[in-house]
Amino acid sequence: MKSEKSRRSVVNIGDRIFRSTTWFFAFVVFALVFLMAYEMLKGSQLSIEKFGFKFLTGTTWDPVADNYGALPFIFGTVVSSLLALLLALPLSVGVAIFLAELAPRWIERPMSFMVELLAAIPSIVYGLWGVFVLVPWLRTSVEPKLLAISDTFPLFKGAPYGFGMLAAGIILAIMILPIISSISRDVLSAIPDTQREAALALGATRWEATKIILSDGRSGILGATLLGLGRAVGETMAVTMVIGNRPEISASLLDPGYSMASVIANEFAEATTALYTSSLIEIALILFCVTIVLNAAARLIVWSVTKKFKTA
Amino acid sequence: MNEFSSKIFYWRKAKSTLMTSLSLLSVIVAVVPLFLIFFYTLLQGVSAINIDFFVQMPKPVGETGGGMANALVGTGILLGLGSIIGLPISIMAGIYLAENENAAFAKIVRFLTDVLSGIPSIVVGVVAYMLVVIPMKQFSAIAGGVALGILMIPTATRTTEEMIKLVPNVFREGALALGIPRWKATLRIILPTALKGITTGVLLAIARAAGETAPLIFTALGNRFWSTDIAHPMASLTVFIFDYAKAPFDDWNRQAWGAAFVLIVLIFIVNISFRFITRDRYAGKHN
Repeated sequence: MKSEKSRRSVVNIGDRIFRSTTWFFAFVVFALVFLMAYEMLKGSQLSIEKFGFKFLTGTTWDPVADNYGALPFIFGTVVSSLLALLLALPLSVGVAIFLAELAPRWIERPMSFMVELLAAIPSIVYGLWGVFVLVPWLRTSVEPKLLAISDTFPLFKGAPYGFGMLAAGIILAIMILPIISSISRDVLSAIPDTQREAALALGATRWEATKIILSDGRSGILGATLLGLGRAVGETMAVTMVIGNRPEISASLLDPGYSMASVIANEFAEATTALYTSSLIEIALILFCVTIVLNAAARLIVWSVTKKFKTA
Repeated sequence: MNEFSSKIFYWRKAKSTLMTSLSLLSVIVAVVPLFLIFFYTLLQGVSAINIDFFVQMPKPVGETGGGMANALVGTGILLGLGSIIGLPISIMAGIYLAENENAAFAKIVRFLTDVLSGIPSIVVGVVAYMLVVIPMKQFSAIAGGVALGILMIPTATRTTEEMIKLVPNVFREGALALGIPRWKATLRIILPTALKGITTGVLLAIARAAGETAPLIFTALGNRFWSTDIAHPMASLTVFIFDYAKAPFDDWNRQAWGAAFVLIVLIFIVNISFRFITRDRYAGKHN
């Protein structure tokens, strides 16, 4: 290694040009994020000025009267994402434990790869499956039973449409499962074997040793969960195809709803007035901000956790 | 061991077995629907595929048959446009990240690419709309290409970086020892060595973009007719699936499955070959 000073003194003109060229393109990537934020701020200005914070709490979405409130969409995104997390998180942790702690290598390797492969299936394919398999199944087999068991329970009320919040939650859960489980597995695998060996040597059972590993890796699993949540919040096509696309707020999971990403997908191309377009761009801006915060937090957590174990 | 402690021991054993089985159960519950989706698509898709499917144009409403030749070509053109826009940025930025591994700016950019990969594709579509559709005053393939190009950047940048880092340091050291300037060493020695990895990484980014629907709906829009004009709306496989899945015609639904099948096969081929090529690389590095 040459010292910084002597390196600089022999710097070749070609090196300098090459380095600044690559730096420029790295800067383009850097600037892109800010360009995106700027463009959306500019585009949503009309709506921000007109509605202010009432945009977030307004419940009417009426293109005819040119009056827009985003609460039904925010509600739909939040409920469907949380439902997805509720379904996917325990399963993902179970899968991660199996892959990182229990499975022999010859099962673990191909299985991990398959899980990652399934994360590569486009969301439109999940949506297609949702429309033709999941929704009819919910309509004919699941929802009537849910209604019969609990005809007063507010979560399961109304008619068995098939399309609705429940379908959206399930399809999202299936979609985020590979992400949460593969990142959790990475985190668990990064924990040094000495931890397991120490626990087992003290006479701990498999599960007791795994519990120790889980408590070591819990912030990493939190990071993975946030990444999954970020994906669920921004997921568009699959949700659009099964959620029912009705801008209403209902406590029942069987009722159709609408999500932020879906309303953009469905209405953006047909938005007729400037305020209409601007309102949809504001929804995109909210999505952008929420996912940036979720992803930044998740990446920082996952980074710090795996770094801690790698240097240890 | 007295009776009390052996009871506790059996209880602990039982609990451990129970939790282990629960973990196994969750694997089964989690993986089964994933495989159902995959095999259902294959099954439905294969029966929808024939020669017409690839070479015919969509038939007017009410007629059965026809194909999606225009959507196949459209997706190809959109991916080409996206590659022209996204890949030079990604590869150059990836080189920067690999060569300046510990620079503060490299860390920031690396972090931003990770964050960028989490931004919903529909948001990228909105940005492409603002940047291209509004100034051009019409939907166009160019706008779709811009959206796809932006979406390629995170994957392509990071895999380029990783692949360059996998090239053993002796290659660079050898070149520099011969008096070759750094930039030439990078362009003539390091990049060709990493080329296979970078190519598949780039293909991975393209495959991911090929599956995107949301950012195309209001940029490239879709087109039922033959068009290779990039200043006008253009058909794509994914938007084709979306439209045909919603349509109340069995034959259209069937064709949507066919298109989904084609898409999945493409994406899987790229992903699996990426896996094999990078595995060779890792193996080489450890030896």
